[in-house]
Amino acid sequence: MHNNLLYIILPYTAFTVAVVFTIYRYRKDGFSYSSLSSQFLESKELFYGSVAWHFGVIGALTGHAIGFLFPKSVLWFNGVPVRLYILETTGLLFGLLALVGIVSLTVRRATSSRVRAVTSKMDVVVVMLLLIQVSLGVYIAVFYRWGSSWFVTSAVPYLRSLWLLQPDLKMIEPLPLIIKLHIVNFYLLLIVFPFSRLVHMLVVPLQYLWRPYQIVIWNWNRRRAQAHAPQPARQPAGVASSADEHAAEGRPVFTR
Amino acid sequence: MDVRLQMAMVFHLDKCIGCHTCSVACKNVWTDRKGAEYMWWNNVETKPGTGYPTAWEDQQKYHGGWEQKNSQPDLRMGRRELRVLNIFHNPHLPKLDDYYEPWTYKYEDLFDSPEGADQPTARPISMITGNYVDIEAGPNWDDDLGGSPVYAANDPNLDSLTEEERAQVFEIDRLVFFYLPRICNHCINPACVAACPSGAIYKRGEDGIVLINQEKCRGWRMCVTACPYKKSYYNWSTGKSEKCILCFPRLETGQAPACFHSCVGRIRYLGGLLYDADRLLDTLHVPDDKLVESQREMILDPRDPQVREGALRNGIDARALEACERSPVYRYVKQWKMALPLHPEFRTLPMLFYVPPLLPVMAKSEDGLYDTANAELFSPIEKARLPMKYMASLFAGGNQELVRYALKKQYAVRMFKRLDTVGDVDAAAIKRGLEQLNMTGAEAEQIFRLTALPLFDERFVIPSSHREQALAMLNEDMWAEKGGAGFGFRAAPVRGA
Ligand code: SF4
Ligand code: SF4
Repeated sequence: MHNNLLYIILPYTAFTVAVVFTIYRYRKDGFSYSSLSSQFLESKELFYGSVAWHFGVIGALTGHAIGFLFPKSVLWFNGVPVRLYILETTGLLFGLLALVGIVSLTVRRATSSRVRAVTSKMDVVVVMLLLIQVSLGVYIAVFYRWGSSWFVTSAVPYLRSLWLLQPDLKMIEPLPLIIKLHIVNFYLLLIVFPFSRLVHMLVVPLQYLWRPYQIVIWNWNRRRAQAHAPQPARQPAGVASSADEHAAEGRPVFTR
Repeated sequence: MDVRLQMAMVFHLDKCIGCHTCSVACKNVWTDRKGAEYMWWNNVETKPGTGYPTAWEDQQKYHGGWEQKNSQPDLRMGRRELRVLNIFHNPHLPKLDDYYEPWTYKYEDLFDSPEGADQPTARPISMITGNYVDIEAGPNWDDDLGGSPVYAANDPNLDSLTEEERAQVFEIDRLVFFYLPRICNHCINPACVAACPSGAIYKRGEDGIVLINQEKCRGWRMCVTACPYKKSYYNWSTGKSEKCILCFPRLETGQAPACFHSCVGRIRYLGGLLYDADRLLDTLHVPDDKLVESQREMILDPRDPQVREGALRNGIDARALEACERSPVYRYVKQWKMALPLHPEFRTLPMLFYVPPLLPVMAKSEDGLYDTANAELFSPIEKARLPMKYMASLFAGGNQELVRYALKKQYAVRMFKRLDTVGDVDAAAIKRGLEQLNMTGAEAEQIFRLTALPLFDERFVIPSSHREQALAMLNEDMWAEKGGAGFGFRAAPVRGA
């Protein structure tokens, strides 16, 4: 019974809460989507904590996602022992990086009075959950070897069965307690996600890589204004604006 | 030609008395809030001095502004791809301590302390942590300390001087300083806009005001680094960046911004400038000491029929054009060439121009008196008290000629009026002087009037913004907006969890 509660009802609830409230919060209070960076108040310790944490956790999450999306390829890849070692070590390194990061971020938050001034109750909850999650993850990586292979044959089928709305617990029931804790704690993180600063991961500014540098917003419609205005005197042939020239030379457009 | 309208500004430094009224007006209206205590969208600093935040002009330290790379400028803060990775930790972000820790006093102690042998005191406490603090810096910490070896000596602009010239500046009985009020320059090539990963910062097409959309800002803090003037600030409480908004709600209703309106020295002028946006990259494609002239080239004559036609095509209406014709900024910047941008070499094309101060420059003459008897009208300027190099490093990308010209013009006007009112100067010398500057008596008179006796609506010529027409152009149906509650926040901008 409690298996059903923890591995079927909890995940569906967590997922629904995460999706519904994330969207609700974005529409109702989009303003609150911010990195809430405290670098301005304390920068030195943040460097080690934040850089290690973010790269570590992005690496670890990517690993999990690959296992979930391409289980067969992962198994095939791990068929050669050297490749398995490489994958395992890489995963462990990312995990350790994330652990070092989150520990140092926690210490920083607890010791710097300025950072404490901008720490909310939810921040404490999130940090605790993340500490638990990453510690469990690293522990599992060290003591339950070859996780990259057994993960895709136990947890992945279970997660996929949830996804297909045909929950099937038989693959995870025999798993050790530690691993089950890692799974349940993940659901708890999903539940707090929309109510915490974690939402900032949804607004990562990748579009910056290809937008023009300068942004101009008109409060009138320039095309319509141009249509109503007197027609321009003819420009002498060959006179183009510098913006045209840059476009023609294939250089990135600077402004619009 | 892509004609655009910019609300541009002139600060006449010779008139600034350093009273900080402007700063306080702005603070009262906009930044008297949690998270914004340390922000001074308008601040007044003493030059020579290190300013606020400390040594902001030193781009080796802060990495702000643009660098010219072949034909295209790029931000000094590193490659674009790396900037996205730097959101985790921005290596060049100024810290709170580069500004100062905002504080208040524990006034309750004055009332609540138990009776004792000593008078109770109100000790300073931090407005961030609430802890007791030792006050070690403030927004105008080196106010009036023009000669101080701790502050003034660290002014980055002094780097351009020789040892001997530096020694001169700090001769104790000849100390000299002036005030430099600063706000956001509402640049034509704003570095803050270019650096924002979220695309939250934009320039308004209709008047060139640069704004941060608070809804879209995600607190990546890149604008704070990119702005070479350090006029974009991170609100540590809301987790969003903020900057001067040129009091646009006031402008839209025809009122001057709060700092302009309250300025005691009446040093501030505001008016429209037309410029050719197509020329942006060409304007920047020149060496530092040519930037001022190149920027002037970009500014268009509102009486030129071709310019007017282009303006109308872009939606700038005839009444706005009429306001541009009366713009005091156009006169100081383009016609009279007396107003110069602050640090043009940062290459943001700032739209706030400064008339360099004549008084401290002149104060070198023996016995503290001005030499008015010399047959060479401009000899006092040639013997300038503050080295021309220093002024050129501030206002002209190192081009001393431009500063000298602006100062000579002020001096000529002064002597021209002295001839009128006191009559103890040599009329022939003044005539020669005016000719040297290509200036007529009528122009001198105009400069005098706009400098010394301008009325309120001569200082601030604000084109009406006609938002009703803008709305009509945006929406097919005006009635849809009837009874609407307007735009903007419906709730207080509070920090998320
Ligand atoms: S002064 Fe700074 S904040 Fe203002 S527009 Fe220029 S770059 Fe942006
Ligand atoms: S209010 Fe005017 S005179 Fe006073 S400090 Fe500000 S700019 Fe200078």
